Amino acid sequence: MTQGMSKALSESALALDVQGVSKRFGGLQALSDVSMQIRTGQVYGLIGPNGAGKTTFFNVITGLYTPDAGSFTLGGKAYKPQAVHQVAQAGIARTFQNIRLFSDMTALENVMVGRHVRTHSGLIGAVFRTAGFKAEEAAIKARSHELLDYVGIGHLAEYKARTLSYGDQRRLEIARALATEPKLIALDEPAAGMNATEKVVLRELIDRIRNDGRTILLIEHDVKLVMGLCDRVTVLDYGKPIAAGTPAEVQSNPQVIEAYLGAGHHA
Amino acid sequence: MNKKISVFLASAIGLLVVPLLAQQFGNGPVRIIDLALLYVLLALGLNIVVGYAGLLDLGYVAFYAVGAYMFALLGSSQLTDNFEALAAMFPQGMHLPIYVVIPLGALLAAVFGVLLGAPTLKLRGDYLAIVTLGFGEIIRVFLLNLQYPYNITNGPQGVGPIDGFKIFGVDLSKPLDVFGFTLPSVTLTYYLFLALVVLAVLICYRLENSRIGRAWMAIREDEIAAKAMGINTRNMKLLAFGMGATFGGVSGTLFASFQGFVTPEAFSLQESIMIVAMVVLGGIGHIPGVILGALLLAALPEVLRYAGGPLAEATGGRLDAAILRQLLVAMAMIGIMLARPRGLWPAPEHGKSAGSEKQ
Repeated sequence: MTQGMSKALSESALALDVQGVSKRFGGLQALSDVSMQIRTGQVYGLIGPNGAGKTTFFNVITGLYTPDAGSFTLGGKAYKPQAVHQVAQAGIARTFQNIRLFSDMTALENVMVGRHVRTHSGLIGAVFRTAGFKAEEAAIKARSHELLDYVGIGHLAEYKARTLSYGDQRRLEIARALATEPKLIALDEPAAGMNATEKVVLRELIDRIRNDGRTILLIEHDVKLVMGLCDRVTVLDYGKPIAAGTPAEVQSNPQVIEAYLGAGHHA
Repeated sequence: MNKKISVFLASAIGLLVVPLLAQQFGNGPVRIIDLALLYVLLALGLNIVVGYAGLLDLGYVAFYAVGAYMFALLGSSQLTDNFEALAAMFPQGMHLPIYVVIPLGALLAAVFGVLLGAPTLKLRGDYLAIVTLGFGEIIRVFLLNLQYPYNITNGPQGVGPIDGFKIFGVDLSKPLDVFGFTLPSVTLTYYLFLALVVLAVLICYRLENSRIGRAWMAIREDEIAAKAMGINTRNMKLLAFGMGATFGGVSGTLFASFQGFVTPEAFSLQESIMIVAMVVLGGIGHIPGVILGALLLAALPEVLRYAGGPLAEATGGRLDAAILRQLLVAMAMIGIMLARPRGLWPAPEHGKSAGSEKQ
């Protein structure tokens, strides 16, 4: 990387700074000394073969596992979630590899749940319908409609989430994640199970979200999608980062080729 | 809009007139309606826990018992008879008024709700049901045995007589003359219960359509996703247990005053299961359905009492009327669940398929 480029990058703020994270399960070193710097407005890709530690890393940053070593800084503040629900509060929203929507609630209600963490009205406000409650409720509803429109499923607001098509469910999950006003959106294999058309739409959506200044961590199997979309990529293999850089740099890295195709396949 | 108002007025007048019509047939039918309203209150409370938050609570009757016993102890001579210090403090006995007792019952039950809910937070489904079932039984066994070394609950003999409610000097346990028209005690009680049921419906409806209600439903639908959305599932579950218990506690105080007498046997597992059945049979999570389920299951056994007698006679006494009644209730429940698996009046299904545009 040239001197000029690294200077340009450091000018935009760091969204998530990961320093030396390790995680061990018994005899298995699932993550060893993983570091990465995700800058605001980037789509950051995390790829690697099966069992490379992508999901473990994801679970560590979303508070499911506590790392054995290492530290995080989120938006300039030290980030160390003690419970899963504090992750969204701190500013990381996620989607799930196997879509997890609130299936018997409408699309609109799903997004409204996403506003929970940025709103405050409680029992008293709800029972007495105070002015503050009504105003907040109206704002939640308006914002949720906006987000449904943003991801392109505004016309499906009143439909139960489980009745939506697969691609629409993915988009609804992203809208719900956006509703929490995240500093970082972590997408766990969003293209899994999608057909080619749905992938194109997803790609456009992620692109749009980035262009609106949001930061995305993309964990993905689909190398083509990652290479076409990401600003920077880290490749994990056996829990170790074996390469990091722009998609083009990573793609020509012999270690990466070996990890994916096995030794003896050097082009 | 006009149609809405007329429907509202018609149902309001209907609800006010019901006991006046029923009392033409004596106090019996009005009593049945009164008890049915108590069950509506219980079912609405359980619906918060089971219907909204999705926590299957088989020990809900414990909160009913807590409310009932609280008023039984505060509204009878049980405590002053057995504790001299209290007798000295309250020479006329403790006869607390309704506007103290009902909030107190609600509060006490809420505390119990949170206390019993706390150990179950990590449990789901079948496991939660078994543990809550155990808690319900523990409360009943406590009430049954809290007579040694100090006689607090009077054990299996129960506590009584318990005061009737007095509102603004009107004693609900005595008939009241209004313009030469006599309203019996059961009718007066009906109006009190109706007022509280209307209040409960209002609270439930407002909770359902709020940030809290959505958080409960999110937990019901997918707890992991709810957590990832930043919902503090521990606090929200405790709030659901507490809110649900509040309704149970209020019904308990009403029950104690209405019956004038409580024993631990009134709060058996059978009761808990009956309340769950009301919620499920009516339409889980849907307020009108839950009300319908409660009214139906509370009234059905009483109505079948009249059908059971002749049937027993027709078979020459070989079929016992009481057993026949249980059989008929069970058969009705099985029939309803087969025909309408989502309940008699489930929440409306909008948007069956997302393929077609909604107009």
